[in-house]
Amino acid sequence: MTTTNTVQVNQPATKTDGLPPSQSSTHGGHDGPARSRRTSKNAGRRPLRKSLQRDWQLYALAIVPLIFLAIFRYAPMLGNVIAFRRFRPGGNIFGDEWVGLRYVSMFINDPTFWHVFSNTVILGALTLIVCFPLPILLALLLNEVRKKAFKRLVQSISYLPHFLSIVIIVGMVMQLLSVQGTANQIITAFGGDAIPFLQRAEWFRAIYVGSEVWQTVGWGTILYLAALTTVDSSLYEAAEIDGANRWSQIWHVTLPGIRPTMMTLLILNIGTFLNVGFEKVLLLYNPLTYSTADVISTYLYRVGLVSNNLSYAAAIGLFQALIGLVMVLSANFISRRVVGASLW
Amino acid sequence: MVIQTDLAKGAKGIKVRRTGRPRGSRDSTGYRIFTWLNAMALITLCLIMLYPFVTVLAQSFSSPGAIKAGQVNVLPVDFNINSYVAVMNNGMFWRNYGNTVLYTVVATIIAMTLTTAFAYVLSKEHLRGRKILIGIAVFTMFFNGGIVPNYVLISSLGMKNTMWALVIPGAISVFNLLVMKSFFENLPKDLEEAAQIDGLSWFGIFGRIVLPLSKAVIATMVLFYSVAFWNDWFAAFLYLDKSELFPVTLFLRNLIAGASSAASEGAAASGSSAAALSANIQSVTMILTVIPILCIYPFVQRFFVSGIMLGSVKG
Repeated sequence: MTTTNTVQVNQPATKTDGLPPSQSSTHGGHDGPARSRRTSKNAGRRPLRKSLQRDWQLYALAIVPLIFLAIFRYAPMLGNVIAFRRFRPGGNIFGDEWVGLRYVSMFINDPTFWHVFSNTVILGALTLIVCFPLPILLALLLNEVRKKAFKRLVQSISYLPHFLSIVIIVGMVMQLLSVQGTANQIITAFGGDAIPFLQRAEWFRAIYVGSEVWQTVGWGTILYLAALTTVDSSLYEAAEIDGANRWSQIWHVTLPGIRPTMMTLLILNIGTFLNVGFEKVLLLYNPLTYSTADVISTYLYRVGLVSNNLSYAAAIGLFQALIGLVMVLSANFISRRVVGASLW
Repeated sequence: MVIQTDLAKGAKGIKVRRTGRPRGSRDSTGYRIFTWLNAMALITLCLIMLYPFVTVLAQSFSSPGAIKAGQVNVLPVDFNINSYVAVMNNGMFWRNYGNTVLYTVVATIIAMTLTTAFAYVLSKEHLRGRKILIGIAVFTMFFNGGIVPNYVLISSLGMKNTMWALVIPGAISVFNLLVMKSFFENLPKDLEEAAQIDGLSWFGIFGRIVLPLSKAVIATMVLFYSVAFWNDWFAAFLYLDKSELFPVTLFLRNLIAGASSAASEGAAASGSSAAALSANIQSVTMILTVIPILCIYPFVQRFFVSGIMLGSVKG
């Protein structure tokens, strides 16, 4: 038993002594916790085998989650090799033979791909431009509310859409914008003609972004409100003594105070830029609105899972995921250099 | 009124400010106007937020004819509960509703087991390889296999047309994992040390000390996961073919998709009565699907702000 001689002084000696040397398992469990105290006093490194003996129960707890991650998160990442291999349904999930960049050059030469790519960029950019600043604005407005009960009520109501299924959201959007829905009732009340919004490609982007705002704006304020509570109050007093009015206080104290939070969320938003609400687009669009609504993910869904061209769709999906990764990394890098805030 | 009460408090120095904004003493007229405009803006926002719910509720109690005529806004027209009766008598609806309950319960149990155990391990700062384990989990937030490899994987594991395709792949949400991890890190260390001295193993400490102390975060995570699983429709859409296995969200999706394709096939402008009828049924289904969420919402809400803050500040 190699562990016995390293047991700390505060470990009751009787416990370790009483253990038969062969029961390293029980033993590890008993003196394992002592290690946390030890590391705080003495940061020395132990041999791997000893750590394993001490903390084997912790590692055991991690085994199932790790197997889960390996199978359901990392295996699909490796599964992307079918973008470079011919995949046959029912065959090897990692594909059967190498075909090189065949599928990559297929989508690069595919005009539909570039069409959906530009749709994705436009929709993603609109969503980012509209949905990123609004929670900040709402948080600033909420922060000026002095009646706690009113503030809480506004928050409760504005968070609510976040907890709804996307199916419900789309159902509501469709009812509001249907020919007999509220939007058209207002239009006809002012003497206009009813517009079949959901069948018009030119309306899709507005509908998408609008419903996105409705769904996310309240929830988006949570982190900003949390950040606002941490702004140092002496800064406001100093600003007031320097003659700053409330607007310049917001500009010079409040906004810089929540800048790290803003940057963090911006980086995260940029990383999901190309993933624009796949499920929502899938539920909202129809062949009449494909020209503006079709995005990379819906296209690869149709190509891959509906038309069963899995390798081709995997190539598109890999491209999309890589762009996302590169964008997160570069946004993080730029943010760290320019404003000193970063995710890691 | 608002301003005056605050002034009084400020003068007595009772008020402990959390937001750091000095209050009261020098409110300009402009600022008072702003306060009112702000309140108006926020009230308007709330009305906009609530309007879709109100309309759906009104439609669910209205007659198809009134919906078709575009008369339904905030209040039901031709009040009746026929659509509720129709949906309630639909065997498939109840079957799918029951499926949703089953999937939500099973999936939440699986997810909580894995997430709690893993979060506890990750919270042990002395653990060798802890950073690697965290890295393994966090990396999946930024890069994922994508829909096609996932589909291939689930198919080849033989999980298509079983509930496992719905309840297993969502088992660890990295965000929830990080929230739980930081909660465990903030637990008082003395308790665990005392338990160690008393000879409890890690399993014992985890089960008898840590879990009972973590009821708040466990409740939050149960609510987060169950809301997510309750709302999910896409996994079912991808992996299930048999309608008797569908969750209720997919039932609803098919209703909506059916209505919109009927509408796009020329009936749109005239507003066929079939479309109006289905708008009626849709509303009822939406209401019934949302009710459990609305029931637990007040409880979720109590927890989630602190939960989110924990996760974001420390995560």
